Amino acid sequence: MNKTPLYNRHVALGARIIDFGGWAMPVQYTNVIEEHLTTRSAAGLFDICHMGEIDVKGKGAFDFLQHVLSRNIDGQKIGQMKLSVLATEEGGIMDDLTVYLLGENHYRLVTNASTKDRDYAWLLQVKDEKGFLRVEITDETDVIGKLDLQGPRSEDILQQIVPADLHSLKYYHFIETKVLNIPALVSRSGYTGEDGFEIYAPHDRIGEIWDRLLQAGVDYGLKPIGLGARDTLRLESGMMLHGNDMDETTTPYEVVYGWIVNLGKDFIGKDALSKQFSEGVKRKLVGFTMWERGIARHGYKVFKDGTEVGIVTSGTHSPTLEKAIGLAFVPVELSKPGTTFDIQIRNHFAAAQVVSLPFYKKEKQYVFFNTFI
Amino acid sequence: MSKVNPTDRRYTKEHEWVIDNGDGTVTIGITDHAQELLTDIVFVELPEIGKQVKQMEAVAVVESVKSVSDVYSPVTGEVIEANQKLEQSPELINHDPYGKGWIAKLKMEQPEELQALLDASAYEAFIAAEEH
Repeated sequence: MNKTPLYNRHVALGARIIDFGGWAMPVQYTNVIEEHLTTRSAAGLFDICHMGEIDVKGKGAFDFLQHVLSRNIDGQKIGQMKLSVLATEEGGIMDDLTVYLLGENHYRLVTNASTKDRDYAWLLQVKDEKGFLRVEITDETDVIGKLDLQGPRSEDILQQIVPADLHSLKYYHFIETKVLNIPALVSRSGYTGEDGFEIYAPHDRIGEIWDRLLQAGVDYGLKPIGLGARDTLRLESGMMLHGNDMDETTTPYEVVYGWIVNLGKDFIGKDALSKQFSEGVKRKLVGFTMWERGIARHGYKVFKDGTEVGIVTSGTHSPTLEKAIGLAFVPVELSKPGTTFDIQIRNHFAAAQVVSLPFYKKEKQYVFFNTFI
Repeated sequence: MSKVNPTDRRYTKEHEWVIDNGDGTVTIGITDHAQELLTDIVFVELPEIGKQVKQMEAVAVVESVKSVSDVYSPVTGEVIEANQKLEQSPELINHDPYGKGWIAKLKMEQPEELQALLDASAYEAFIAAEEH
């Protein structure tokens, strides 16, 4: 298994380690609920070194990315990041990733851990086949470390060790600065539905930043947080997880990613997606809450009037709402909020109801869901 | 951190406990070690009264935020009572696995099954071996 530079620190902190897509990662340090609530009320620090970073630069980088990404990146400014889909010819979601514009014709794609190798191979293949000869594509995953600092106290904590003014940093924007005198990229973004930052720094120095942040955060209630709470935090905020809620067999229109597809430009997968857009989708990913007792889990079947009609892609107990929530694929006619269906839990059925996403929304300065990011 | 496993009962290698109530019935639950591994228990599926189970057949389900685990019956018998308090307060299993966090009561069919189960010290030796 791959280990991040922080692995020994996790072990020393008593974390329970699991295999996450070939990476030995902390799933929890104390328990998931406690870590989840800490992130919502104070701040949490996450080791995200397993995620992929692929740099795309050189003449033609913009044209190349316009060709492979579903999102129109024309107009993206240096210092801005955007969420996009890397689509297959069939319009399937190869990956959902964030695109940072570092400089003219210099982009960084931040990918899911489990899809990085596939993304990288695909990008190289398209570059060769389509003749983007001067575009340079490099896998930086092994040299870039990543930490997520998330929660309402994040800015107060990080500001102590960053010279740049963080308060003026807008959502889905980033700065190249220093953290503890270590060159770093800091963006205001994350995967929890809270205010917070994603911090990128050299792999061999990320441990120093981790240690210092935990120290700087003591008075603010900062704790290290495992992947268990990362999953419940993202689900409450209505965010999807690649490999769970979507993959190459699902399209952006079937999940909640229609808004990051721009049919006004040419890109791989456009024909298939245009067709689907005009014909309409047959199934949709929806959020649901359980009406009856039980927790729906990934892979459980959805029934309507005794007929199997769909499948649960994510499901858990929501620590903030204290009820069972989840995401499921259902036929489009069953996707309206208020619609009810049954979920098979072991040998019985429990009623669930479609609700609009997100399940949880921060009522503060940042709007995190379906905004134009 | 682990609580002491009481010596008044028997244990399974699947981390359940069973106590002989002396009237042909037993009470069952999961061990402190099991609740520690599961951490925050958020849901318990209790057996129906009258359910017949064989020894080491699934009789209940406990779920944490991340996991779903079967609870196996340490004995063969019929479920005569389930701890309804767990429906509202599943965390009782975390707080008091050997007391208020009991799961069900069964009428035993084969009381001799109890003898073959682990006593507290054998169970502790088993956990220690499992962790290495």
